[in-house]
Amino acid sequence: MTVATGADTGATFALEDEDHTLANALRFLLNRNPNVSFVGYSIPHPSEKVVNLRIQTTGEISAVEALRQACQSLKQLCGHMKATFNEAYTQYEQRQESSEQPMAQG
Amino acid sequence: MGEGKSGRASKKQKAASGPSPQYVEEPVLPENLQQQQDYVTCGDALNYNVSTADSAQLFAALGIDNSWSFKKFKKDFRVVINWVKGMDMEFELIGTSPAVANALRRILIAEVPTMAIEHVFLVNNTSIIADEVLSHRLGLVPIRADPDLFESKAGSERSTEKTTAIFKLDIRCTWRPDKTMANEKVMSAELKWLPGGSQMPEETNCQFEQDQREVVGPEGVSLVHEDILLAKMRPGQEIRLEAHCMKGTGAEHAKWSPVATAWYRLQPEVMLLKEVEGAQADELAAELPGLVTVQGSGASRKAAVGDARQHEKLLEKVRRLSGEETWRGCIELRKRKDHFIYTIESTGVLRPEQLFTRAIDILVAKCDKLLEHL
Repeated sequence: MTVATGADTGATFALEDEDHTLANALRFLLNRNPNVSFVGYSIPHPSEKVVNLRIQTTGEISAVEALRQACQSLKQLCGHMKATFNEAYTQYEQRQESSEQPMAQG
Repeated sequence: MGEGKSGRASKKQKAASGPSPQYVEEPVLPENLQQQQDYVTCGDALNYNVSTADSAQLFAALGIDNSWSFKKFKKDFRVVINWVKGMDMEFELIGTSPAVANALRRILIAEVPTMAIEHVFLVNNTSIIADEVLSHRLGLVPIRADPDLFESKAGSERSTEKTTAIFKLDIRCTWRPDKTMANEKVMSAELKWLPGGSQMPEETNCQFEQDQREVVGPEGVSLVHEDILLAKMRPGQEIRLEAHCMKGTGAEHAKWSPVATAWYRLQPEVMLLKEVEGAQADELAAELPGLVTVQGSGASRKAAVGDARQHEKLLEKVRRLSGEETWRGCIELRKRKDHFIYTIESTGVLRPEQLFTRAIDILVAKCDKLLEHL
């Protein structure tokens, strides 16, 4: 990753080997950060594996800090999603075991 | 599904009755704005309020904080497993954004690694199917091997038991004494795993240091389906080859994609926008049998809407009716923007629930990689 331009409050990050998958998720979280005044990303060319992510903040935090917060939020979100999913799956399995005849289980 | 319904009902009640006493200090979004935030409205010609990419300050003027917080997410987020059938499953992610749901869908399709046949060394192929066509067919055969136990092979380096699983196909079609053909059909079951490594190591640049069972465990490497037709032959024809499997992702070639498909759709809801009474109620119930029922009797009888999920086949008709003159302003099809009905169809290499948790792990790894550079 390279920080291409801008002062503390505004920066364009070039995320290498990334695409919409990460960029759009980060854009969503950065948009919902009250200290971020602008965020957007573009993929300059479809055959180049790079995303340009532009972040401008309102001044309370730096653009790098905003991106760091977004990454940490996304990790937190993923952690909770995984735990909730695993819990729901375990419960589903238990429900299946108690409701089905042993013969019907596959 | 039951849980999903009760959650929605309570939210609707809150919007209708205004803020409850204990939350009186927290301002509430006006009902029409809340609806725009929560639902896509499916009109007959186009969908309305499709956006979810809005900023933290969107409702700042109303004193409402639209920023993302883990606390809020943790409170609202739920998962409901609907069913698991063989290698397919359906579940519901409730209370998340399309940015995350879509990231996971994209990772499932293109970034969860699997093993697939990448190199085919043909010794002899006198069958009618061309070498390159046969090789392509072999590439698409799902291989049951835990990709976590293998390493990716870089370019021209020598294949080892840690990077490559090898299968041999050695088959010849012959006449049987009763004038039937043996091995007329070449099935995937004929692919034999070689835990000891390549039988022509010089030609294939492959050297195993130990038996591959040491790497993958006693169950070894096998095929998900033993009944895939690879080729057909006539007596006297033969196919002899060695197929080398490598680790890869769907981003490079779809043969490495661990899913047949992974998709989601939004939770549908059908709303009555005003009271539909009397003969009109009968008419609407006749148009949408089961979904719309008539409650009460006499002149005060009213139309009532049931659960949209139980009448999926009628939903596109609801969309059409909502644009017709008779029903415009009476009935509407909506979809909840934060409620995803997620389906994963695994190819059988990994179980669907494993795939989903691995997809989450990959998204976390992407964040970690980025954080390292900040």
